[in-house]
Amino acid sequence: MIKVKKLTPPKMSWSERIYIPNVLKGLGITVRHIPTKKFTIQYPEEKWIPRPGYRGAHRLNKDGEGRIKCVACEMCSAACPSNCIHIVGGVSPWDDREKYPVVFEIDMLRCIYCGMCEEACPREAIELTQVYDFAAYSREDLVWDKEKLLEMFELTKNNDYYETRVQKAVKTSDVNPNG
Amino acid sequence: MADPAYQLKTDRTILNFGPQHPSTHGTLRLVLELDGEVVIRAEPHIGYLHSGFEKLGEYKSYNQWVALSDRMNYLSPLSNNIGFAQAVELLIGVEIPERAKYIRVILAELSRIADHMVWLGTHALDIGAFTAFLYGFEARENLYVIFEHTTGTRLTTSYTRVGGLFRDVPHDFEEMVKNFLKYFPKVLKELHGLLTRNRIWIDRTRNIGVLAKEDAINLGVTGPTLRGSGVPYDVRKNFPYLIYDRLDFEIPVCDDGDVYSRYLVRMEEVEQSLKIVEQCIKDFPDGPVSLFNQKLALPEKEKVYDTIEGLIHHFKNIMPGHGFTVPEGDIYDSTEAPNGELGFYLVADGSHKAYRLRVRGPSFVNFAAFDHLARGAMVSDLVAILGSLNIIAGELDR
Ligand code: SF4
Ligand code: SF4
Repeated sequence: MIKVKKLTPPKMSWSERIYIPNVLKGLGITVRHIPTKKFTIQYPEEKWIPRPGYRGAHRLNKDGEGRIKCVACEMCSAACPSNCIHIVGGVSPWDDREKYPVVFEIDMLRCIYCGMCEEACPREAIELTQVYDFAAYSREDLVWDKEKLLEMFELTKNNDYYETRVQKAVKTSDVNPNG
Repeated sequence: MADPAYQLKTDRTILNFGPQHPSTHGTLRLVLELDGEVVIRAEPHIGYLHSGFEKLGEYKSYNQWVALSDRMNYLSPLSNNIGFAQAVELLIGVEIPERAKYIRVILAELSRIADHMVWLGTHALDIGAFTAFLYGFEARENLYVIFEHTTGTRLTTSYTRVGGLFRDVPHDFEEMVKNFLKYFPKVLKELHGLLTRNRIWIDRTRNIGVLAKEDAINLGVTGPTLRGSGVPYDVRKNFPYLIYDRLDFEIPVCDDGDVYSRYLVRMEEVEQSLKIVEQCIKDFPDGPVSLFNQKLALPEKEKVYDTIEGLIHHFKNIMPGHGFTVPEGDIYDSTEAPNGELGFYLVADGSHKAYRLRVRGPSFVNFAAFDHLARGAMVSDLVAILGSLNIIAGELDR
């Protein structure tokens, strides 16, 4: 049997019908909010730090010897729903692998930041970082090539991209009971 | 009436409402035929936000399409993710692990709360109550933090995969949800305090846009709009999925069928959702969140890095034409999204993508009732009626 809860609109009392007392009651609720903690942050002076696991801009990881990890297997571009990864593979200059990417481009404007490339990569070579503010003045600037993606790795490898760049970086826990 | 001024011939006026009216939330357009201030006919024109989601379903693999489902009802993307993944799983005939079911239920209910908070905020804002909007959005922000920590983004969650979830919830997920359960009833009380017995709110919403029980059924509306007309229909109860048959909750209905009763129903639904989440969190099981061992979902990353079988399985799953296929057949499966019955009709031809993917968006069907509701209403009441249906343009046009 489906449990049903019947709702009935409340009967209005006399004081509610003359409207003034209820306005004061509503005002009371608002006034009680004034001394509470501020909920907003002052972007861009303050920036909020997303947790690790946030799906922001990409980076291409390097291995212990500073070489690109990617082996140009093109799994990421096969998995990508928006077809925004362009890879041209070449013969690798190192002995321990056969291929490496000569060209690796991601169109950051086409990308929908779904994280499926990261999920598809068998080498942990491509990763989404916490960086969310990377606007540019032209479309060309937002097609990131291999150098840019490797540079992103240098910038974000210590997980302190925002801490070192903004005057005040805000953790979600500072403004939010859940953070 | 001898005064000739009263015998002047009057003409009907045609008025365009939208596509850029502040209360249309997204881009939809109404062509109104007016007799003075009274609406004679309201003709909805849709298609301004058409994005070809259904057509894209014929080109993207099942898992890739999950990312598109986010963008349909952008107030509760997780509900869409869950509904779609569930339809595909049913067609293949697999059952997802217990923990994944619990997580899906918790997230679906939390996104119902988020959806209703935005709905309430914008609906009240349209009618002129600004404060409720701010408090509703603060509550939603808390939920979005949970979503962000869990899925990786605030809005475009893409969290489900066929056969489970994209990843497990963070280590402090339970704590975050418990905090929210503690915090949220206070907000709800404030919102009730601001609106439920507010004379202006009641004057603007009671006996406005009345939808009788029979008409509601005939027009095929679902969700809070149907329950606001007194029909106790809820997919979660009538056709239980996931773990809803094991949970204890009630279906709120209100017989009046006006804008105010839809408000009451939605507010009560939020409380029922809190009850559901509380029960789920109490016996939240451990275990895998995806069917790692079957040839359906991607294997665990350790297996991919360390074993050749894992690597082959991983490659096969992703390479186009090698991944999992869905057996020939068709299916209609629906879930209770915040706005009503969200259905997916899939025709599979045995390949890795759908032959035809059709979405029954609740907004689309609910919006069809708009002309019926608007006839005889004043122009200023249209905003209240439109708000009470909670039309999401992304879902309307698909
Ligand atoms: S995040 Fe998604 S859309 Fe962006 S490159 Fe990766 S797979 Fe493609
Ligand atoms: S980033 Fe990963 S998935 Fe993409 S080509 Fe390189 S190794 Fe393959």
